[in-house]
Amino acid sequence: MKKLIIGICLAALLSACKSTDPVKETKVEDRSPPPTSTVSGGTPPSTRGTQDTQIKGTPSGDPLKDPNSPLSKRVIYFDYDKDTVKAEYTAVIQAHANYLSQNRGRKIRLEGHADERGSREYNMALGQRRADAVRKATAVLGVGNERIETLSFGEDKPKATGHDEAAWAQNRRVEIRYDGE
Amino acid sequence: MNPAIRLFSLQRTAVAGLLALLVIFSPLANAQLTIDVTTSAGRQIPIAIISFANEINAPQNITPVIVENLKRTGLFRIVNTGGITTTPTEPSEINFLDWTSRSTEALVIGSINPTPDGRHEIRFRLFDVAKQSQLTAMTYVVSATQMRATAHKISDEIYEKLLNEKGIFSTRIAYVLKRGQRYELQVADADGFNPQTVLSSLEPIRSPKWSPDGSKLAYVSFESQKSTVIVQDLVTGQRSTVSNFKGDNYAPNWSPDGSKLVVALSKDAVSQIYVIPATGGAAVRVTESNSIDTNATFTGDGKDIIFVSDRSGGPQLYSVPATGGTVKRLTFEGSYNVNPRMSPDGKYVAFVSREAGKLRIATLELASGQINVLTDGPLDDSPSFSPNGRTILYESKAGGRGTLGAVSADGRVKQRLSSQAGDVREPAWGPYGTSSAR
Repeated sequence: MKKLIIGICLAALLSACKSTDPVKETKVEDRSPPPTSTVSGGTPPSTRGTQDTQIKGTPSGDPLKDPNSPLSKRVIYFDYDKDTVKAEYTAVIQAHANYLSQNRGRKIRLEGHADERGSREYNMALGQRRADAVRKATAVLGVGNERIETLSFGEDKPKATGHDEAAWAQNRRVEIRYDGE
Repeated sequence: MNPAIRLFSLQRTAVAGLLALLVIFSPLANAQLTIDVTTSAGRQIPIAIISFANEINAPQNITPVIVENLKRTGLFRIVNTGGITTTPTEPSEINFLDWTSRSTEALVIGSINPTPDGRHEIRFRLFDVAKQSQLTAMTYVVSATQMRATAHKISDEIYEKLLNEKGIFSTRIAYVLKRGQRYELQVADADGFNPQTVLSSLEPIRSPKWSPDGSKLAYVSFESQKSTVIVQDLVTGQRSTVSNFKGDNYAPNWSPDGSKLVVALSKDAVSQIYVIPATGGAAVRVTESNSIDTNATFTGDGKDIIFVSDRSGGPQLYSVPATGGTVKRLTFEGSYNVNPRMSPDGKYVAFVSREAGKLRIATLELASGQINVLTDGPLDDSPSFSPNGRTILYESKAGGRGTLGAVSADGRVKQRLSSQAGDVREPAWGPYGTSSAR
């Protein structure tokens, strides 16, 4: 029993820490420097120079990483219990569909999420319905289903950790991820 | 048999198990839990449990464990033994007048003695006080680490002798504990003691389900950045990924014979119901719809599958033959009925019903179609029947944190087990015969 009590206390401490710590689930938008650049500790100065230029200069290489491109928008939000893609996201979906049409080698993952108010297991289905709604909207624009994988995380990967409408609104979402991201 | 006890039994029969349905059970009872019994009624059997001879010298107390076990059922009143001049530990020492004068119906005595090989001999006897006769007597020779399990066995003996139905004190529960960012799949004794972490992951773990023989757990893991179904052998610790198709692999549940799993997969369309071998392999599609079909469970005979579908709009419960075929709708009330779980006798389905934004535990009687809402919510989820069918254990979420609740299958007695801290989710009550030797 002692073990469980300690466990519970530990959980309390950890979750207390967690609640003050803003959860970073916005991995998708945080990836401007290519991950490879941070692999080696002894980065040669020349590489470092290139990196700096990249940061300062125009990210002309990959439009997916251009913060000014609509392609940088990777999250589509939903209303409570709904899987309808709202009109305001048409431009985002259009941009990604265009990019996928021009870059035939790329694939995407659509990751659906739900807020915490439903049943945990059924929320998997709700996340999936949302991911599927975005898939359909993308497919209509000519992107083949074989290039889109839809996945759900249910309510277990919230973007915001609060328990109010402001948090829930951020958690009812589909995130667009490109292969290799 | 004691006339009072016999009368009790007759009453029970006459009122069709009404009293038996008062069973309540707290799986994590300890000083850290506030047990808030919101309803309490019915007759309790007055029982005296005398400290076993030499218990004070034993490495593990036995009688306090028995007392707590019996108390939590709500079916027993523990008689105060203070002021008894001679506390009996042998049958010859019992002065039955001491106990009849305290309206005691049942009496437990016993002893604990070391054996030459370093183990402990635990003897116990259960008496019918009015009849002055012994109902049962057992002797166990166990190591110190098995003594708590022995206390549960004795509790089961007492429960079964006095109530004529099997006790659940020696069973185990599984649940997911979230500690900070870490998810732990834990297995504990039914009273919450001896928790053991069988899997720890930074990615979500969900939907633990016991194999019918209690040797394995199936669950959903997100270790590979997507949902897959894993079966883990609790003895060897061996894990095998049994469902890793394109898309989501989730909501597993065992067939009654343990050979198959029903799962929800999105490999061909939005979530549909499939059956896979429990060791992994080809998925046989059961439902064919354009809607979400998920959260499936086999019926007691394994012939049908009860599942959730939103084919009519909101999610409702449906049934379909396990090999596919005609789908029949089971729930018509409310707009959100999910997470069905079969009762051990196959007559009831416990599920989660949302009404006015509140998630509550309900039961559906399959024969009559009658629905009985058992809890008040607001975020009650993941019901799981005790193996004797008397109690439903569930997750009760408040402020984003899961605790456990227990409700009698008729809803008359509710317990909210609020721990001071901790996030416990998706409890699953294991079958009989899963008590691990310690």
